[in-house]
Amino acid sequence: MNSVHDMGGMQGFGPVQPETDEPLFHAQWEARALAMTVAMGACGQWNIDLSRSARESLPPAVYLSSSYYEIWLRGLEQLMLERGLVSADELRSGHSRQTPAPLARVLAADAVDAALATGSPTTRPSGTPARFALGDRVRARNLHPPGHTRLPRYVRGHTGTVQSVHGTHIFPDRHVSHPVPPFDQTPEWLYTVVFDGAELWGPDADPALQVSVDAWEPYLEAAS
Amino acid sequence: MSAPHTHAHPVAHGHDHEGSTLGEMDVRVRALETLLTQKGYVDPAALDRIIETYETKIGPHNGARVVARAWTFPDFHAWLLKDATAAIASFGFTGRQGEHMVAVENTPAVHNMVVCTLCSCYPWPVLGLPPVWYKSAPYRAKAVMDPRGVLADFGVTLPEGTTVRVWDSTAEVRYLVLPMRPQGTSEMSEDQLASLVTRDSMIGTGLALPPGAAPASVGAKA
Repeated sequence: MNSVHDMGGMQGFGPVQPETDEPLFHAQWEARALAMTVAMGACGQWNIDLSRSARESLPPAVYLSSSYYEIWLRGLEQLMLERGLVSADELRSGHSRQTPAPLARVLAADAVDAALATGSPTTRPSGTPARFALGDRVRARNLHPPGHTRLPRYVRGHTGTVQSVHGTHIFPDRHVSHPVPPFDQTPEWLYTVVFDGAELWGPDADPALQVSVDAWEPYLEAAS
Repeated sequence: MSAPHTHAHPVAHGHDHEGSTLGEMDVRVRALETLLTQKGYVDPAALDRIIETYETKIGPHNGARVVARAWTFPDFHAWLLKDATAAIASFGFTGRQGEHMVAVENTPAVHNMVVCTLCSCYPWPVLGLPPVWYKSAPYRAKAVMDPRGVLADFGVTLPEGTTVRVWDSTAEVRYLVLPMRPQGTSEMSEDQLASLVTRDSMIGTGLALPPGAAPASVGAKA
C-alpha cells in the first residue's frame, strides 16, 4: 500500500541525526517490546510479511509520530487482536480474562539461541526458470496494490539493469494472502536491479549515484 | 521514570514531555508482558535471553571481525565477496535477519551505502540491532536520493568523482559494507584492525578509522 512507511525520496524530514554513544535501548520497555515481538513471532501465528503489513497499516499520522519500538508494539497488539489471541479489554487491563488460544509453539528460554541462530531463510525451490538474466534491462512495473508489497514507489515505472539473481524466495505480496497458517510460500525469482540516479530523480540528480532495490520477478517487466 | 512534571508553563519551553511518555509506554509494555505470560504465550526467561543475546553476544564487534579478516586474508576476502552467508557463518554468525548475506566492497571508485526505505531491515548477526537514526524518517527518505547529503550529516566527504552506490534492502537479502582498509595499517594484526572498523563504516555512513584513532580494545564504536 502507498503509505508513509514507503519513505524513499520523501523530503522535509531534515538531517539525519546520529547519536553519540547511543545505548542499545533508550528505555527498558523497548527491550521488552523487542523481545516480545521476537518471541510472539516464533509462535508461527503470523509471518514477517504479515507483521510488516500490520506496522505499515497503522494510520499515517500514528506511524510518523511513533518511535520505532512503539510501531512494533502497536503492530504486535494488532496482530494478536486480529487473531483473537487477546482482547482489547485484556490489553487495557493487562490481565487474562479469556481462555488462552492454543498455540502450536511457544518459545522456551533454552530454545532462544537456536531460534536466533537459525532464523527464517526465505529461499524455496521452484521449477520455473528465471525470466531475466544478468545485464538485462528491466522496468519496475507501475503497481499500486492496496495490500503489502515490497516494491517502493520511487522505482515504479523506472528502468534499471539486473545486477544479481538471488534464486527463488517467498513472495511477500502473496505471503500475506492468508492471515493464519498455512501461509502461501510459493516463491518467485528475486533480482537486484540497479538504477541510475538521473533515471529516478531527473536531470538534477547526483550524476555519480546508483541505487538498487531487490525486486521479485512479478514487480518487473522487460525493457529494451 | 522521571518525577511528576509539575512546574508551570508560562511560555513555550524547549523540552517535550518525554518523561510522561516513557512512563506510559513502561506501563503499557509491562501490562502486555503480564498478559502474555498469564496466557502462556511468552516465557519471561526467553525474553530475558533474547535481550541478553543482543546486549552481549551479537553486535557490530561481530562485523568488525569479519572485515578485519577480509583485510588480512585474500582467500577469506574472495570468499566473503563470493558467498558472504557462508564466509560469515564460519565465525558462527548466522540466523535471524542475516539468513541471506551479501558483502559489498568499497573502493576508491565506489562507495556503498545500505538503507531500508520501507522499514528497518539490517544485518543483525554482524551488526546487532540498528541504531535509531537507521530506522528514522530522515535516513530512510534521504539515503536513496541524496546519499552525499547523508554523508555530510555524518561529517564524511568523499573525493569528487566517487560513485555512491546505495543498496535498498527491500527483500530478505542483508548487506554488509566492506570498508576500505585505512592506510598505514600493514603491520597491524587482525584484532588491531578490527578496532578500526566502526559500525557506521559497515553501513556506509562512515569510514574505517585511521590507525591511532581507535581505542585499544576490539570495539566497533559508531
